[in-house]
Amino acid sequence: MAHRDDDIRNLHEQELEEDEDDDALQGDYVGEEYYGSDGTNESGTESMPWIAWFCSLGGHQYFAEVADEFVEDDFNLTGLSSVVPFYKEALEMILDLEPEEDSTKVPDVSIVEASAEQLYGLIHQRYIVTRQGLQQMAEKYQAGHFGTCPRTYCQSTNVVPCGRYDLAGVETVKLYCPNCQDLYSPPSSRYLNLDGAYFGTTFAHMLFHVYPELVPNIQSRIYQPTIYGFKISEHSRSGPRMQWLRTKVDPIRLDAQGHLITAKGEDDDLDEDDKEDESM
Amino acid sequence: MGSNTHILWFFVFAGLEERVDEYESGTDSDYTQYWVDWFLSRKGNEYFCEVDEEYIMDRFNLTGLNTEVQYYSQALDMITDNLDDNLDDEMREIVEKSARHLYGLIHARFIITAHGLTKMLEKFKKCDFGRCPRVLCHNHPLLPVALSDVPYTKSVKLYCCRCEDIYNPKSSRHASIDGAYYGCSFPHMLFQVYPQLVPPKSTERYVPRIFGFKLHDVAKQHRHQDRIREDSHARIMAGIEGLQQQQQQQRLAIAAAAGSQKKGGEENQQNSNSKSPSMTTESGAMADVN
Ligand SMILES: [Zn+2]
Ligand SMILES: [Zn+2]
Repeated sequence: MAHRDDDIRNLHEQELEEDEDDDALQGDYVGEEYYGSDGTNESGTESMPWIAWFCSLGGHQYFAEVADEFVEDDFNLTGLSSVVPFYKEALEMILDLEPEEDSTKVPDVSIVEASAEQLYGLIHQRYIVTRQGLQQMAEKYQAGHFGTCPRTYCQSTNVVPCGRYDLAGVETVKLYCPNCQDLYSPPSSRYLNLDGAYFGTTFAHMLFHVYPELVPNIQSRIYQPTIYGFKISEHSRSGPRMQWLRTKVDPIRLDAQGHLITAKGEDDDLDEDDKEDESM
Repeated sequence: MGSNTHILWFFVFAGLEERVDEYESGTDSDYTQYWVDWFLSRKGNEYFCEVDEEYIMDRFNLTGLNTEVQYYSQALDMITDNLDDNLDDEMREIVEKSARHLYGLIHARFIITAHGLTKMLEKFKKCDFGRCPRVLCHNHPLLPVALSDVPYTKSVKLYCCRCEDIYNPKSSRHASIDGAYYGCSFPHMLFQVYPQLVPPKSTERYVPRIFGFKLHDVAKQHRHQDRIREDSHARIMAGIEGLQQQQQQQRLAIAAAAGSQKKGGEENQQNSNSKSPSMTTESGAMADVN
């Protein structure tokens, strides 16, 4: 594929995405600028604590508000001072503390702002696997703040933000679906600058481990390709090869080796598959 | 037809939309625009390709659609730019709606013809239908597909040939398109005709972890999935082997029949195959009846 095509496609996709953003957002768009747009200018934002303000920014609705006590406890921040540049200044910003007099070495406020974002993200990664953080995120999950699974047969199951790496700067945030147990890219480019490390690898699975009732109970279905109403044989060159991926069996029905435990002993013959052909 | 009726009608329809798109109303001042061009240029219609004029003109291709679409002949005239201008506004609106429906139904038939497939292939290569949202599909391009060929039942979905699953379109404009305008067969037909487009399948799978440790229940499920994949692979390989053996047997049988009139050997050999004869004869076939 030519490069030119790529460019055109990117443009095209951007256009679609931005448009979708308009549709989805309506009221809650605060803007990527650092100051609120309407009426509430500097005086308005300054009265707001930094954490609350940061979480209210456009594209930041995946974040929970980390409790001040958690940030103030040095133990919770162990190791972060060596990862985040201008750590002290960034921490002061997050906690809304007046900068000390000797902070003249900071060349530019925007650098501290970037550091504060990174520091907040990494504190957030640790906070959301605590009891209190999990509870806050569970509430956000139930309120649908993270969106839904794009997979048709997941029937709009709510998803949670999830990183594939705990180190900052490796990859942007992804979304985990507890129904298909798979990862998806966020639907909007607004989340393309959110680091996956701000949510971490553990949180999503911890959440459903601690709150198993959040996992939806949806009839498992596997897409069955057809031509003129006929299933395509797996012996065909373009026949199905990936149905294993969406095969889902309650782990209670499986032994440690992944064999089905059934009275009939009819191994590997999934009843789920047969519920498919209603369309024809 | 020409005339400014399209502009007029554009505004009527724009009024019906949730939002008026400014740039569209700007470009729509072209008096001589064809209906199909106008339709394709509208926002939200990016998934449609241009149906060949000859295809629409051949009434044989439209068999049965007259009972499916209200004001069929006026709608067809509108699509082919032959509609008289003497319709009142209300009527025109109704015909316009029918014309879009008719175009969609013709589109579903056209895109599974040889030429229709090539047109959609071009769009696929340009990623006009978006990319798979599944992280491990690495942005593989998608194709539109229906879950029902019957109009007004289900909206269009997007098929990824890498994970072989279907997804909802991101944009609400696309998510509200009738699936019947694409049909259940289209992407699979495309891959039957162009099997070289089928990407190599990956066994890569997301593994959830808590503090670096795999989860016991997930590990069990993954072993079960592996088992299903291996069984399927074994069946496919046996099918391919069976087909080759069968072909060889047929050649041998022909040779044998040409030499002496011996017949028994063929059957014996066939029984030694691990799979049943019906399985081997079906291998390589395009589809089997379920
Ligand atoms: Zn899902
Ligand atoms: Zn995919």
